[in-house]
Amino acid sequence: MFNHLLSLLIWLPVVGAVPVLLAGSARPNLARWLALLMAVLTFVVSLFLLPQFNAADSAMQLTESHMWIASLGVHYGLAVDGISIALILLTTFVGILVIVGAWEVIQDKPHQYMAAMLVLEGLMIGVFCATDALLFYVFFEAMLIPMFILIGIWGGPRRVYATLKFFIYTFLGSIFMLIGLIYLYLKAGTFDLHTLAALPLTMQEQSWLFFAFLIAFAVKVPMVPVHTWLPDAHVEAPTGGSVVLAAVMLKIGGYGFLRFSLPIVPDASEHFAWLVIALSLVAVVYIGYVALVQEDMKKLVAYSSVAHMGFVTLGIFIAFMLVRGAGDVDMAKLGMQGAMVQMISHGFVSGAMFTCIGVMYDRLHTRSIKDYGGVINVMPWFGFFYVLFAMANSGLPGTSGFVGEFMVVLASFKANPWIALFAAFTLIIGAAYTLWMVKRVLWGDITNPHVREMKEINGREAFVLIAFAAAVLALGIWPQPLIHLMDASVSQLVQQLAVHKI
Amino acid sequence: MPNFNDILVLLPEFYLVAAACLLLLLDAFMKPEQRGLLHWLSIAVLLVAVYLVVAGQPDGTATAFNGMFVRDRVAEILKVFALLCTVLVFVYARPYLADRKLFVGEFYTLAIFAVIGIMLLVSAGNLVTVYLGLELLTLSSYALVALNRDSPLSSEAAIKYFVLGALASGMLLYGMSMVYGATGTLSLAQLHGAAAHSAMPNLLLFGLIFMIIGIGFKLGVAPFHMWIPDVYQGAPTAVTVFIGSAPKLAAFGMAYRLLESGLGDLAQHWQLMLAVLAVLSLAIGNLVAIVQSNLKRLLAYSTISHMGYLLLGLVNAGPEGYAAAMFYAISYALMSTAAFGVILALARAGFECEEIDDFKGLNQRSPWMAFLMLLAMFSLAGVPPLFGFFAKLLVLQAAIDANMLWLAIVGAVFAIIGLYYYLRVVKVMYFDKPQDGVRLEVQQDVSLRWMLSLNALLLLVLGLCWGPLLGWCRAAFGLVSA
Repeated sequence: MFNHLLSLLIWLPVVGAVPVLLAGSARPNLARWLALLMAVLTFVVSLFLLPQFNAADSAMQLTESHMWIASLGVHYGLAVDGISIALILLTTFVGILVIVGAWEVIQDKPHQYMAAMLVLEGLMIGVFCATDALLFYVFFEAMLIPMFILIGIWGGPRRVYATLKFFIYTFLGSIFMLIGLIYLYLKAGTFDLHTLAALPLTMQEQSWLFFAFLIAFAVKVPMVPVHTWLPDAHVEAPTGGSVVLAAVMLKIGGYGFLRFSLPIVPDASEHFAWLVIALSLVAVVYIGYVALVQEDMKKLVAYSSVAHMGFVTLGIFIAFMLVRGAGDVDMAKLGMQGAMVQMISHGFVSGAMFTCIGVMYDRLHTRSIKDYGGVINVMPWFGFFYVLFAMANSGLPGTSGFVGEFMVVLASFKANPWIALFAAFTLIIGAAYTLWMVKRVLWGDITNPHVREMKEINGREAFVLIAFAAAVLALGIWPQPLIHLMDASVSQLVQQLAVHKI
Repeated sequence: MPNFNDILVLLPEFYLVAAACLLLLLDAFMKPEQRGLLHWLSIAVLLVAVYLVVAGQPDGTATAFNGMFVRDRVAEILKVFALLCTVLVFVYARPYLADRKLFVGEFYTLAIFAVIGIMLLVSAGNLVTVYLGLELLTLSSYALVALNRDSPLSSEAAIKYFVLGALASGMLLYGMSMVYGATGTLSLAQLHGAAAHSAMPNLLLFGLIFMIIGIGFKLGVAPFHMWIPDVYQGAPTAVTVFIGSAPKLAAFGMAYRLLESGLGDLAQHWQLMLAVLAVLSLAIGNLVAIVQSNLKRLLAYSTISHMGYLLLGLVNAGPEGYAAAMFYAISYALMSTAAFGVILALARAGFECEEIDDFKGLNQRSPWMAFLMLLAMFSLAGVPPLFGFFAKLLVLQAAIDANMLWLAIVGAVFAIIGLYYYLRVVKVMYFDKPQDGVRLEVQQDVSLRWMLSLNALLLLVLGLCWGPLLGWCRAAFGLVSA
């Protein structure tokens, strides 16, 4: 049996970036096709995960483990469970779409752009596979480098500010996690996550570690009040960068909570669950209002991302109240599943929204809402997709946006109706800011003469939008396969929550 | 009377002294246009020395001249890397020196003598040997800094270096005399036993403090860092790249010999002193680097902060910590040669390429050089998967292991602050437009291009498989792999 599938997935795009770079600026088309080839290959390889993966088994599968640093006992350890597989598939799927989306949009040094995207993709897959904390950290940090370059070279006017802010913010968060990990290593003698999960820790140790993890992942998710890098990064990033950032990179924060905070410091996580829940609700309600007043479309979607990711953290941490408070494992599982579905769904929806904005930006070179109006008159097909994604973003039943939010709201109602009340606010605010934007951009009369010159989407753009639309609808109408894929892993996680480590 | 075995133990050093003298002689009879031969001969001499060091390495420890000279694994590793770094320096320096009419034999001989000093220093078994090695190293360095005699900046740097260096040597000597007074021995091995029950513990401590000042000066840690920025900036870049690499290994070796081999019993005292020096260096190095506009000066302040990180390993005062610190010294030497190497590759006659703004738009002019510099910068900043990250990881681990969690947190916080100025260099290269009128062309020298690429790529390769090197470092301090 070929058991290096995960390594192949990680290194194929990373190594594949080398020929793309070598194609050079002189042969941009060769670079593009090579990059597409690599992205498609990676996607195909990631599909091979599914038949090999036994969804009924909650254990980590497809394990690879090699000694990496013998003198420290650090392993190059990879494995996946249902949650990782879902996120890996999301990554490879989005990986193709950003390459296609950037095809002729990126004219300046396209080979470097494509190569950076591929490296980024490989590193993100690595984050989702790593079972060794040090390896996780290496991937977690290394992916900042290509993103830094992506925003810095191909971004908007304030790109330098945005990309520095992005890098330093994230680095700030993670370095404290590193200290925490070293502490754990000195205590346990290993970076292996499975062993660390079984390591008994006092409440005091757990609390410190909890905050070390919290700051790292809260910056990444991002949670209020450390979300301020996100609007800047999103606004200034090129379309592809925004898509990857929103669709995959933010998920790494949520994933980190699952892999680190929950298993390693469960008691502290329970103790401080109220804090995370409160911050999540602030994100849902307050950031929702902030999104409402945005003038810039990208900024609006960026803030809506913060609000939607609030559901992810809410779903994860509400499980503590349910398991340890009420002893309701089934509901806790529902909340956790909701969080997972929300992650995947937000990946598609936000990616699609940013692609839509990118499509308009390529034509009019402005992201300001007031510069548009009546776009539907000149771009009816585009309008169709835009409305669909807007509906998904506001959580309309039948789209993927609804499923996760509904599950989380349901679970929080069981925990505390007040939490559910605030969480459900998103149904109103989310609809308000998204639909209001649609109204101002798509409908109405054409006030800006340049809008009249906008061309309908071409085949390449249609391909990207159709792919996103298919994913959004499929997940909205029939989420069962995704839930089934993650079911055993989520059950396992929820059961772990009940175990005290003190 | 020294016997033959003693000479065998010191064979690499004797060989280098002889070779350096021969090179000097050869240079005197050589026509200027034949200097290329001297260049390659010097490199060959160093490579043979590497071979002699490795091949003649005894199992365990060998001593010579009644314990004046120690040849152990620690010394072996430090010597090998010091020699290899000097090879890199020679390759990088040649086009730069040739462009400025500084391509003279003295550069090679002085550098080789400095390396001999390094080799003596890291093998010292006696306070006198420490001083001997140190003086050989620093005297050669003073002369190297003043290599460009016509430049007032170089001369100023050399004088500053000399005055402060002499002061520090005096301090060190003073400290040594007090330690001698308190214990009655100069041998580090005997000192190790005598220090614990000295009749005059206060005098001993006093001596220790003066010796720490001397070590601090050599490492260039705050508050003994004043010479670093001026020397780095003032010296010809070809000399700066030397001063910034191999002597750092020597400084670590010296600290290890004096503090551990000699005064290991006073660890509880010097641990705290080093911790204070570490915090000061991290703060001053990282904060002052932010406002620099000259890349050489920026790298000088970055050195100060990096030596602060190195101290984090020494503070541990255990084999794990020494291994971490040695790993750090090696990684720093490689990163620093790579960073200065890029400056040397871009500098040409009349254009030093040392202002950060000179690097504007480098990615458009020479994507490969920009990429190599990017590797060096991210490695210095400590971003995985580059080599520098793992070195930082190890020293942070050593600090936490020594129950100095606060120190590790200080180190982490300053890593974030330090990140900014490294990112600024990357920003200038990748995000800014090239300046008008600046000729960013890469030196045509093939050996320079290849070695520089190798050097910078090594930062990535060693970042992915740093296990063997770490295993080697740990084995030198008697740690067996788990």
